Amino acid sequence: MPEMKQTEILVVGGGPAGLCAAAAAAQLGASVLILERDSKPGGQLVKQTHKFFGSKKQYAGDRGIHIGDFLLEQVETNPKVEVWPDTTCLGIYEDGVVTAEKDNKHIKIKPERVIVATGAAEKALMFPNNDLPGIYGAGAVQTLMNVAGVVPGKRVLMVGAGNIGLIVSYQLLQAGVEVAAVIEAAPKIGGYLVHASKIRRAGVPILTSHTVKEAYGDKTLEGAVIWQLDENWQPIPGTEQDIKVDVMCLAVGLSPLTELCWQAGCQMKYVAELSGHVPVRNEYLETTRPGLYVAGDVSGVEEASSAMVEGRLAGVSAALSLGYGKDTAPQLQAEALAELNELRSGPAGEKTMKGILKLMGKEGAAC
Amino acid sequence: MRIVEHPILKFQRGEKVTFFFDGQPVNGYTGETIAAALHAAGIRVLGHSPELHRPRGLFCAIGNCSSCLMVVNGEPNVRVCVEKVQPGMQVETQKGKGCLR
Repeated sequence: MPEMKQTEILVVGGGPAGLCAAAAAAQLGASVLILERDSKPGGQLVKQTHKFFGSKKQYAGDRGIHIGDFLLEQVETNPKVEVWPDTTCLGIYEDGVVTAEKDNKHIKIKPERVIVATGAAEKALMFPNNDLPGIYGAGAVQTLMNVAGVVPGKRVLMVGAGNIGLIVSYQLLQAGVEVAAVIEAAPKIGGYLVHASKIRRAGVPILTSHTVKEAYGDKTLEGAVIWQLDENWQPIPGTEQDIKVDVMCLAVGLSPLTELCWQAGCQMKYVAELSGHVPVRNEYLETTRPGLYVAGDVSGVEEASSAMVEGRLAGVSAALSLGYGKDTAPQLQAEALAELNELRSGPAGEKTMKGILKLMGKEGAAC
Repeated sequence: MRIVEHPILKFQRGEKVTFFFDGQPVNGYTGETIAAALHAAGIRVLGHSPELHRPRGLFCAIGNCSSCLMVVNGEPNVRVCVEKVQPGMQVETQKGKGCLR
C-alpha cells in the first residue's frame, strides 16, 4: 500500500447516503473511495426487512435489505469506485489529509473532496436502572435478530411508537418473540398507522401517554414499571403498571453522528427538528469547510429514502465541483432537490423542512 | 436463542466453532459477532462498569456506544458487538477500564 492513498472523492460511511453519493459521483466520471467501518456496507439497510414507502424512484415496495444489496452492487460493479469495508475513518485534518484504521493499520488518504455520510446513533432514555443488560436500542435488537438470527429474549417492552418502534415490534413478532406492549410518551402514535395496525391486529397494546418509571432486575432486566403521563407530560402517581419483561427496546429517536464534522472544523448548529447538532451546509450539501459535503442522517435525522437522494445530490455536487458532468450535473441536482422537496412535503416532512430552514438561516422564508 | 424459521429471512450461518467465555466453551458460527454468539448462548452480562461495577450488556450493536467492551485474547476494550467470533478465542468479562499489556 502506498504511503498516501489518492482519490478524487472520499465517502465516509457506506450506508444508503454514502453508497448513493459514490454511485452518482462515479457515474459522472470521478474516482471514489468508500470507507465503511462494518464488514458489510449498506448501513442500517442490512437489517431492514420491511418494505419501503415513497415513490418508485426511492425503491418503494422493496425491502430495505434488498435495496442495500442493490446499492452495493451498483458501486461494486463500477470500476471508478473502490470500497474499503472494516475501515474506520479517524480524522480530517487542516491540510486535507484523512486518516483511517484498516486491518490494525493507520492509513492516510488525500482526497480532493470528502462526503461525510456517517449516519446517526440511537438515543437512550433516562430512568432508574436504564443500564441493565436486556435494555437495548431498538435498532440493536433489529441487528441481533435480522442480521445474526438471534432473538434478544422472550418478552419485550417497546418504548416509542414512532416508525422504528412499530416496525421492530412487528419484526419481533415475526421472529417469534412476545411483545408485551408498545408505550409512547406522546399522546399520539408517531409512526405510520399502517405499521401500528399490523401490531395491534396481532394483539399488542399500544399505550400512548405512557413512559417508563423504572426498570428492575438482578444482573439483567426482569421487569419494568410504567406509568401514565398527563397533558403536561407529568407522570400521574397511582397509574403504575408492573410489566414482567426480559427485554426493553428504546425507540426514542436518533442523534446525528457528527464527530468528524466537529473535528474537521465545520460550523455546527443545534437544530431540534433535525435531532441535534448538525453541520451548517448550503443547498448542495457543502458544509462551511470548502470541499466537505454531508448527506443522510448526519445532516439531520430523516429516513433512508431521503438519505439516498441526499447522497445522490452530494455525489453529483462534489463531482461537478471537480469539473465532471458540466452538461448533465445541473439537471441531476435539480431533480434531486425536487425529489427531496416531494419526500418532505407530507406531515412527517414538515418538521424536517422547518429544521433545514433554521439551519440555513432562512427562518420564516417561503420554501 | 437462535431463530430457526423466519417468514422473510434465511440465515446462512458459517462454520460451527468453539470459543471460550470466562474459560467455559461456547459455540458460535464464523461470520457472526461475539455478542451474537454469547446472546444465542443466553449470556447477556458482558462486563461491569469501572466505577460502580454495575453489569453491562449490549446496547447499540453497531460499534457506537462502548457498552459491550470485553477482554478478547488478552486485549481489553474490544467491542464484541462488531468483533467476529474466531475458533479458540478467549473472551473474558472485563473488570475496570482494562490495561494494555
